Amino acid sequence: MISRKRSEFGAPIKFSDQNASSVKDAYIECTAYPDKNFTLKQLERDVGMQVVPQIKDISTQTRWTYPQNATTQYHPREFSEEEKKTLEQSKTLTDFLNNVSMSVEIALQQNEIMNVFIDDWKRLAEEEGTFGDKTDTHLKEYQSFTDLHSPTEKMITCVSWHPVIFGLIAVSVAVRLSFEERVHFSGKLLLQPSLILFWSFSDPIHPQLMLESPDDIFCFEFCPSDPNIIAGGCINGQIVMWDITTHADRIENIKVGGSRSKKVTLKPLFLLEPESNKEVMYIRHCAVSSIENGHRKVITDIHWLSDTFEINRLGSVFENRSGISCQLATCSADCTICFWDIRPQKALTPQPTEKKKEESIEIPFDVPSTFLHLDLSWKPFSKIRLSKGETTLDHCPTKISLSDDTLLYKEQDKAAAQDKAVKAGEARPYQNLEEGLANHLEPIDDFCTKFFVGTEEGEVIYTDWKMERDPETGRFMRTRLWAAEWRNVNSVIKDEMAFSTPTAKKPVSLYTVHDGAVHTVQRSPFYHDIILTVGGWNVAIWKEGVMTGPLLQSCCAPKRYTSGHWSLTRPGVFYIGREDGYLDIWDLLEKTHEPAQSQNICITMITCVKPWTFSAKQQFIAIADYFGTLHILEIPWTLSHPSTNEVSSIHYYFEREVKHLEYVEQRKKIREQEKKDMKLEIEKKKVKMHQKSKEQMEAELKMEYESYLELERNVLVNLGLIKVKETMSYVEMV
Amino acid sequence: MVNCLSDLFQAEVEETLKRIQSHKGVIGTMVVNAEGIPIRTTLDNSMTVQYAGLLHQLTMKARSTVRDIDPQNDLTFLRIRSKKHEIMVAPDKEYLLIVIQNPCE
Repeated sequence: MISRKRSEFGAPIKFSDQNASSVKDAYIECTAYPDKNFTLKQLERDVGMQVVPQIKDISTQTRWTYPQNATTQYHPREFSEEEKKTLEQSKTLTDFLNNVSMSVEIALQQNEIMNVFIDDWKRLAEEEGTFGDKTDTHLKEYQSFTDLHSPTEKMITCVSWHPVIFGLIAVSVAVRLSFEERVHFSGKLLLQPSLILFWSFSDPIHPQLMLESPDDIFCFEFCPSDPNIIAGGCINGQIVMWDITTHADRIENIKVGGSRSKKVTLKPLFLLEPESNKEVMYIRHCAVSSIENGHRKVITDIHWLSDTFEINRLGSVFENRSGISCQLATCSADCTICFWDIRPQKALTPQPTEKKKEESIEIPFDVPSTFLHLDLSWKPFSKIRLSKGETTLDHCPTKISLSDDTLLYKEQDKAAAQDKAVKAGEARPYQNLEEGLANHLEPIDDFCTKFFVGTEEGEVIYTDWKMERDPETGRFMRTRLWAAEWRNVNSVIKDEMAFSTPTAKKPVSLYTVHDGAVHTVQRSPFYHDIILTVGGWNVAIWKEGVMTGPLLQSCCAPKRYTSGHWSLTRPGVFYIGREDGYLDIWDLLEKTHEPAQSQNICITMITCVKPWTFSAKQQFIAIADYFGTLHILEIPWTLSHPSTNEVSSIHYYFEREVKHLEYVEQRKKIREQEKKDMKLEIEKKKVKMHQKSKEQMEAELKMEYESYLELERNVLVNLGLIKVKETMSYVEMV
Repeated sequence: MVNCLSDLFQAEVEETLKRIQSHKGVIGTMVVNAEGIPIRTTLDNSMTVQYAGLLHQLTMKARSTVRDIDPQNDLTFLRIRSKKHEIMVAPDKEYLLIVIQNPCE
């Protein structure tokens, strides 16, 4: 409670200072005192210390320039020739070399004797670093393609991977009818187009391109110089050419792998896909060969010749100056092998003009005119007939395998050829096909003109396409074949025939090895002279130049073999397809008497097997079957990667087989010789016995009689019927 | 007289170098002076100059290493084994003999 005079309320207040210590009770003091509960003695102390050198800071102003490259160019010091010479002649150098050469030579010899740095243990093992499971040896199914839009049942006759584009594979389909059925249904068949389909991995339902041909194609091949040119052989004996350069962009930009994640929906036939560029286009062929002058029966095999050489009418080999493949070889069931040239030929006789007017055929405008000069008038420039000599029956070739020789140019010619090719390449070589220069060039002599042919009867023929001048008649003729079954290599037949027929030329060989038609004759991609032939129920491997027989001939398999192919990466592996849909994988390093593996691919006959390598990690094999389905399988690591030294091991194996064959030949000769010797001896003995003279016979008889007497005496003595002289010992008596 | 002698020396030099060059696997031989300038070689110029310069420096370094460890020791021979071949250097006071060999086994 505060009490004050009323008059002092609200009056201004005066403040003044006062010393606190002078007045008592003016303040209350709260003195600090140490409390034991709250005193803490700090026993540890966390202190950081640093020793720092004496720091000095100085600053100055500099001119900053940007970094620049500085270079020094120099050339090494060298002696001139005279200085070198003087030095060489000095005594010091000689002394030095004399002193030093000893140790150098010791060191060199050490290296020659043995390489001390080899790790033998490591070299013994196979290379590690596998990609994927090493034990997995099965082919894995990757994709399969079927043409669902075709009305009739088709079979696949030939398969070829696109040589450049990944994931693109071309397939030729034919109707699955026998000859009589074809004739019967010929009207219906005319309405359906015969096709080559281009399948891509990105789309298993719709083919990317469809190439149309006048009749079923039985074999085709991409041109090695330009993968947009395709040549195919028809069932009616025509060759068909396509040029798909204008559609090349459609197939080049296919993305593979990206669309696999999306579900591919199968739409029924009657629903047209509105997406525009998925519509399949029929691409018409741009040239066919002449019907009268070509083959008369189905073309069974077609090959482009290499772009390094060309052949003329007589079979001589010339250099191919154009740098592109321009010749084809075909073989057909009419027992001929023809060679064709796609360049315009000089017409030998001028065409009558009236004929030309009749023959002007309208071609659709979108067909390229690359081969217009060939259309319907294309003739082969050379034909070889595979006749059997005296009989009228001829060999019917099913497959040919040309030698892989590429012609080695001389240096300046090569440069010229390359220039020409480059120039031509700038302007699309196949558009500007010029006439062949074969007439102006010199023929090349040492080129190998021989090739292998497989026939329908199961024979393998090794023949020559070159025609030679017959010395007797002066005419050109081709080498004639003569039959010498390799089993009866007594060679008597050979010689007789050679002399009897005056037109027979240097002999070529024929072997009957297979029990059915030979459908694969293929050179190994690793060895140029090793050929695989598959036919009937067995497989044979041949070496070019070894005339006595195949290096390897398998025994008959339980099922017929219908197609075969070498592996592209492993020299000792090849794939054979069977008629029951199994694929036999042979590995010569593992077993040579039977396949190493057998895997079921499909339910019907396999018609074609083609492996292809995309990268070191991915290798595919395309297997076509009789029902028109194309299966793509992935080849596992073990089958696609060769082991170290596999190439040389297989090479040694073939060498051993060649030696074995030679040994067998030698043994045959030795045995014949032995037989002859034995016969002679027997003859001699017989003769000897008759020639004994009378005296000899008498002497012999006498000796016999005497020995008989001796025997009689002994017997009687033993029986005790004759008295013996006492001088004989007891032992002798007993 | 001096001419004869120098010819003799040159013939000897030739013979020795030829002998060394004819060993199995020898790719190249060269004689280099104390400063690394090539005197005689069987390889082409650019390679010779490169080998000479680099190996000369390496030999100097090797020699100084050996002598640092033991001053009474000296480098007599230097062999460098690489993946592809072996380089042998025989040093001397004034010259260097370099031989490149491919053991090829």
